Amino acid sequence: WRRSGERKAPLSLSLSHTHKAASSSNLNRRNQNQTREMPEDDEDQSPPSDLRSQPPCSPNKSRNCISSSSSQTFPDHVLENVLENVLQFLDSRCDRNAASLVCKLWWKVEGLTRSEVFIGNCYALSPARLTQRFKRVRSLLLKGKPRFADFNLMPPDWGANFAPWVSTMAKAYPWLEKVDLKRMFVTDDDLALLAESFPGFKELVLVCCEGFGTSGIAVVANKCRKLKVLDLIESEVTDDEVDWVSCFPEDVTCLESLAFDCVEAPINFKALEGLVGRSPSLRKLRLNRFVSLEEVRRLLLLGAPQLTSLGTGSFSRGDQSDEQEPPDYAAAFRACKSVVCLSGFRELMPEYLPAILPVCANLTSLNFSYANISPDMFKPIIHSCHKLQIFWALDSICDEGLQAVAATCKELRELRIFPFDPREDSEGPVSELGLQAISEGCRKLESLLYFCQRMTNAALIAMSHNCPELTVFRLCIMGRHRPDHVTGKAMDEGFGAIVKNCKKLTRLAVSGLLTDQAFRYMGEYGKLIRTLSVAFAGDSDMALRHVLEGCPRLQKLEIRDSPFGDVALRSGMHRYYNMRFVWMSACSLSMGCCKDVARAMPNLVVEVIGSDDDDENREFVETLYMYRSLDGPRKDAPQFVTIL
Amino acid sequence: MIGQLMNLNATELCLGLPGGTKAVESPAKSSVRNKRGFSETMDLMLNLQCNKEETVDLNNATASKEKTFLKDPAKPPAKAQVVGWPPVRNYRKNMMTQQKTSGEEEASSEKAGNGGGAALVKVSMDGAPYLRKVDLTMYKSYQDLSDALAKMFSSFTMGNYGAQGMIDFMNESKLMSLLNSSEYVPSYEDKDGDWMLVGDVPWEMFVQSCKRLRIMKGSEAIGLAPRAMEKYCKNRS
Repeated sequence: WRRSGERKAPLSLSLSHTHKAASSSNLNRRNQNQTREMPEDDEDQSPPSDLRSQPPCSPNKSRNCISSSSSQTFPDHVLENVLENVLQFLDSRCDRNAASLVCKLWWKVEGLTRSEVFIGNCYALSPARLTQRFKRVRSLLLKGKPRFADFNLMPPDWGANFAPWVSTMAKAYPWLEKVDLKRMFVTDDDLALLAESFPGFKELVLVCCEGFGTSGIAVVANKCRKLKVLDLIESEVTDDEVDWVSCFPEDVTCLESLAFDCVEAPINFKALEGLVGRSPSLRKLRLNRFVSLEEVRRLLLLGAPQLTSLGTGSFSRGDQSDEQEPPDYAAAFRACKSVVCLSGFRELMPEYLPAILPVCANLTSLNFSYANISPDMFKPIIHSCHKLQIFWALDSICDEGLQAVAATCKELRELRIFPFDPREDSEGPVSELGLQAISEGCRKLESLLYFCQRMTNAALIAMSHNCPELTVFRLCIMGRHRPDHVTGKAMDEGFGAIVKNCKKLTRLAVSGLLTDQAFRYMGEYGKLIRTLSVAFAGDSDMALRHVLEGCPRLQKLEIRDSPFGDVALRSGMHRYYNMRFVWMSACSLSMGCCKDVARAMPNLVVEVIGSDDDDENREFVETLYMYRSLDGPRKDAPQFVTIL
Repeated sequence: MIGQLMNLNATELCLGLPGGTKAVESPAKSSVRNKRGFSETMDLMLNLQCNKEETVDLNNATASKEKTFLKDPAKPPAKAQVVGWPPVRNYRKNMMTQQKTSGEEEASSEKAGNGGGAALVKVSMDGAPYLRKVDLTMYKSYQDLSDALAKMFSSFTMGNYGAQGMIDFMNESKLMSLLNSSEYVPSYEDKDGDWMLVGDVPWEMFVQSCKRLRIMKGSEAIGLAPRAMEKYCKNRS
């Protein structure tokens, strides 16, 4: 039989092929990462003719029915059920997106069976559309503000409110289990509504969020009886002077992960001890800096063998430093047989650092990025970390420390070096020497974030050859417009080599002195790049044109303080519907051009952000933030946002 | 002179504003472009001045390219910081600052909090395990506030709160009977540190002077009444 579109082979799904087909055809216009409108004309994927005679269901088929569920026939029902049973096994959202394009039936059934929804831009669609399209969602991952908002480039109260989402979902998804938010504005009331509306709620992850306080956490702790995961990561949490730790229910909890290292408020340690004691499933515990080393020791004695991830809090002693003999902290760490991930060290007292040695051999992830450790303190520790795959640290370890990492950590996949002194004219203890060493020692490197003050093209070229697995390359030379400090040339060749030789590169952030040539390389070689960050770079519109015309996979583009203007913006109009967003601040865009783009592209929301008095005299737009949207401009835009 | 500057600018490194050459061409324009909403206007003006200094230098000396390229960027004195650069999150910056001022307790700045005219006050209710926060500027009258509080704490009351709504101060006997009951009444701590019954002063004055709210049982609030009455009379006269 036929529905109002033909189907592909019914049960023998080879969806990897589907995916490739979908992405290479003009179906690629649809974003893989979002819900989308029902295509009016079903994409006709005509099956091979022999398959039409093999339907798995009963024979009276040939009907052209535009079905609604009420007028469905028996075979339709059966097919739908069969399809449901099959499609529910699809996990990957790329596969699901592709499957939903096959025909109306598949679209519908996929919508019924998708339990995990990813929304990369909360303003790309309305909550109502989400609940209409997907009926049985258990897990939502929602992202709000663009990344540059983290750096004060956007006024507060811009938006990305969780409130409309939680209130809509409260009615539509009573079985919701997991919410994962990034850069959203979440209030205590939102958390309270969440806690009240979803009786089976299991996981709350808030990354880079703000707007709530310890009161909100308390409500979640108190009311979500099935809570397994409460992870607050790099979020701003106001101190409401609430003892939220005491709000967890008094009987045995289901907690598997509790991360509150970003909560800047003292906690009731006794209550925490009690909580850890009655949480037999606890595997991940990340403490904030108000937990002292002594308290960590006590917690470890309670539950160390099960823990796989530990955030060590302050890693300094309280006021009991008058004791004769400090307790044996190493013994506590020796009990951590399963710990593979170590972080914290928020107020490190370096003399106690050797206490972690017993766990170093097992570590796959180590985060020292809040610890001002010198190379001498660092080297004995890293020397034991042979299995390390993820390493975050401050540049205080210097090139010397990086050389030690290169010598020992042969399995390293991800490296992030943050500046201890994050100012433009700071000293900068790491340089191309450290990077060169890493490239030679850590051949499996996939992801790099590196803040420095001095760099050379040669080091980047070396890295491009030594580390072919690189997918993420983010280099921040902190002094603006800095050239290669040895040759005095621009950093074009170095970044050029990276895009050319690192064939798997999907994310790139550039810095230093860069001419249009660097962008020419990006456009020519950066075929897989999805995210690009540009600051204080380029000479002319051509630079941006190279990227917009040359990088077909570009999804997220963030640019600041670069001389790109109207010509460049217009040159990308064929791409903007295929992208998640474009951010351009302090560039040379005119209001007129932005209006033209808005007019020409009705499904693009074009926001101009700025708080200027005389708009007339303004020559260039302060900030342009534009993104595609299925539901038009948002209704909650604050005054300083003009939607064109 | 402008021509010279143009040539040099085409090849030289400069701490330029975007569209740097334009800025040099027309200083009047550039001052308008210096208007940044929330960015530091001062910062950029300082940068512009630095820029001017450099171009003047280039003009005077027959400077070699190498000299400019390898110029130590730390040289310009008191170089103002540009907003959001280097791109390190505030949270991390604050942590580092904390560590540098070893142990000195940095007051955790409430970002979305008390700036911009909001009047956030903590609201506690006797018997409730945690307190909430309200922004008084969100409400226009005592009735609004009363409704909001009732909703907020509805799970803790037996529906007794809000039955009275606004306390009627005019009717002394009503007031006294309320205070003798087990109903909840809102009280607040004012600027002077005194605890008062909510509703005794005009709304705007209340918003200005309220520091903290506490919802307590009427019978407990009775101790407040005499002083409330006293202040009430004083305010009215």
